[in-house]
Amino acid sequence: MSDPHPRNPADRGVVWLGSPAFPDAARSALKDTQLRANLKRATGTIRDKRLTVAAELDDWEELRTAAAAIKTRTSRHLDRYLLQLERSVTAAGGTVHWAADAAEANRIVTALVRATGEREVVKVKSMATQEIGLNEHLAEAGIAAYETDLAELIVQLGDDRPSHILVPAIHRNRTEIRDLFVARMGDWGRPAPDGLRDDPHELAEAARRHLREKFLNAKVAVSGANFAVADTGTVVVVESEGNGRMCLTLPQTLITVMGIEKVVPTWSDLEVFLQLLPRSSTGERMNPYTSTWTGTTDGDGPSEFHLVLLDNGRTDTLADTVGRQALACIRCSACLNVCPVFERTGGHAYGSVYPGPIGAVLTPQLVGVGQAASLPFASTLCGACYDACPVKIDIPELLLHLRAEAVEAERAAKRLPTAEAVAMKAAAAVLDSPRLLSAAQQAGSLGGRALARGGRIRRLPGPLHGWSDTRDTPAPPAESFRTWWRKNKEGDR
Amino acid sequence: MRVALFVTCVADTMFPDTGRAVVTVLERLGHTVEFPQEQTCCGQLHFNTGYRPDAVPLVARFARTFAEYDAVVTPSASCTGMIRDNHPLLAERYGRPDLRRTVAELVPRVHEFTEFLTDVLGVTDVGARFPHRVTYHPTCHSLRGLRLGDRPLRLLRAVQDIDLVDLPAADSCCGFGGTFAVKNAETSGAMLADKAAGVLETGAEVLCAADNSCLMHIGGGLSRRGSTVRTVHLAEILATTEGTLR
Repeated sequence: MSDPHPRNPADRGVVWLGSPAFPDAARSALKDTQLRANLKRATGTIRDKRLTVAAELDDWEELRTAAAAIKTRTSRHLDRYLLQLERSVTAAGGTVHWAADAAEANRIVTALVRATGEREVVKVKSMATQEIGLNEHLAEAGIAAYETDLAELIVQLGDDRPSHILVPAIHRNRTEIRDLFVARMGDWGRPAPDGLRDDPHELAEAARRHLREKFLNAKVAVSGANFAVADTGTVVVVESEGNGRMCLTLPQTLITVMGIEKVVPTWSDLEVFLQLLPRSSTGERMNPYTSTWTGTTDGDGPSEFHLVLLDNGRTDTLADTVGRQALACIRCSACLNVCPVFERTGGHAYGSVYPGPIGAVLTPQLVGVGQAASLPFASTLCGACYDACPVKIDIPELLLHLRAEAVEAERAAKRLPTAEAVAMKAAAAVLDSPRLLSAAQQAGSLGGRALARGGRIRRLPGPLHGWSDTRDTPAPPAESFRTWWRKNKEGDR
Repeated sequence: MRVALFVTCVADTMFPDTGRAVVTVLERLGHTVEFPQEQTCCGQLHFNTGYRPDAVPLVARFARTFAEYDAVVTPSASCTGMIRDNHPLLAERYGRPDLRRTVAELVPRVHEFTEFLTDVLGVTDVGARFPHRVTYHPTCHSLRGLRLGDRPLRLLRAVQDIDLVDLPAADSCCGFGGTFAVKNAETSGAMLADKAAGVLETGAEVLCAADNSCLMHIGGGLSRRGSTVRTVHLAEILATTEGTLR
């Protein structure tokens, strides 16, 4: 689908500019044995918890089917539900803003903060504001944005990047976190207490005291949204710590940045997702804090509420009838936790705020497949993500779809075919001819057996060396199956 | 019932014993197996690497070659998955109406080997004897693609004198993933290391599965570690009555 108003992908954020392609980034990550140990432990724990709580519900599969159906129906009439949401929010005392891309959303939020006269904002954990790079943009405008989710705080104190949708500091263990708190908390506000140990309770207490100051002083908060209900104009944030609730209730002004795909028609639709999300993400039956607000209420919570509806590539994604199912994602991160690739490489290797399997299908669609061409190939297509997805996004199908798009984009961009394209053409010619295949088998058998020692080939030539660095290849047999059949069975028939 | 063997390009070229084993088992059960010589490959390599148009002639060849058979049996879960899920998709997108029709009619008659034995023929005991310690790796396409469930295990448990042991973290991918093992060789190797460790932990003499490609990957990792564990397609265990592999 061609966009009648093509925008510069650089205005969309999402990817970290200058990140290496996945295989190169993964290679460095794999060498970090501490990172791999942290990831293995963390993903293993969440995986087991999710399986246990999902198995508790007799209607788990029906819930998944219902969730997928609600998302499909809503996306088909997205324009209608978004306009309904705008009317409901406005009627309840809020103001709705429309942002076509990250650059526009950042301009809107910056102007709204400036209008309050404040130089500091507190933030609720939010993927949408990560996606648009809001903190960096606010910093350039002289506004300090304080992350208040514990894991986001760890990432911010470390000048680091999030490596997981739900647990952005999953790549850090508690000793690393203690060192970070001791070294950096003082630069941002209340310092870590003397003698802080790497005990989870002590670490949480240090963060609590550090953040409490921010909550009590903040006049402006910025959040994302997990859902927004079109018919009532209610916005929903789901979280574990209560820090989000502090931000959503204490300041005078609340600015929420929300992807346009987060709208659900009614509260009865919301009910389905509130069962699926906590069980899929943290492995809890119910998340500790579910905050809902509808516009503004006199004398209760923020007196000013702005909702910024963010497109940023979503309409382009919606135009792709196969690719659009990625927009159903509720950011639970179950697919990351079960992914054998993510478990080994961590999230940074994906070069995007959206890592893991969902990132591999969402990122190329949001910014254009040419900007993230290695991501659809960063999977063995093992299918664990599809089984875990609470809204039944067929991630393997999407990966295959985007691989074809990546190959096509490369073909269109280059005058000469790539070496891979030439090899694929040659293989297709051989495989479409039993005669050529038989000849290739005989040649391969002779060549392979010459290379082999003790029935094994230890080193393969050319691009196959990556394979043979850690794997032996069996010597080809003296005769192929088809040759054996011709000699031994053909006469019987 | 006219039964054709689709041996797959991988087994044809690298693991002919698997094809012979399938023929042995089916003949022992009283069936005549044909091997149409015009067969080559299901097109999975091209499809999964993003070269969809290059896979279309292979889809057409497959349809042409097997259209007249009552059942097509193939010793690969991943090739069965490719045929079942993606041949109709490619025929729909790139094919002429006659190809679409042929593919739609043929696909329901294509069976992975263990599906054919348990669902179509209704057997679990195929008269095999194999007095060795064996572990089974459910490949991703067996487990999550075709949902073979315990079909392979039911067949293996019925083998006389077999010592079948569970593989730890059996449902984890071995890291093969076709061209993934070349494009992302290091990540693939990290997954392989864990799978190989799991196999060695069982103390099994033989690792079996329903896909030769995954077995070649795990076997390559085991061999590089100096292990003597043999990797064989489970058809080769089901074919033996003497208790020894070819």
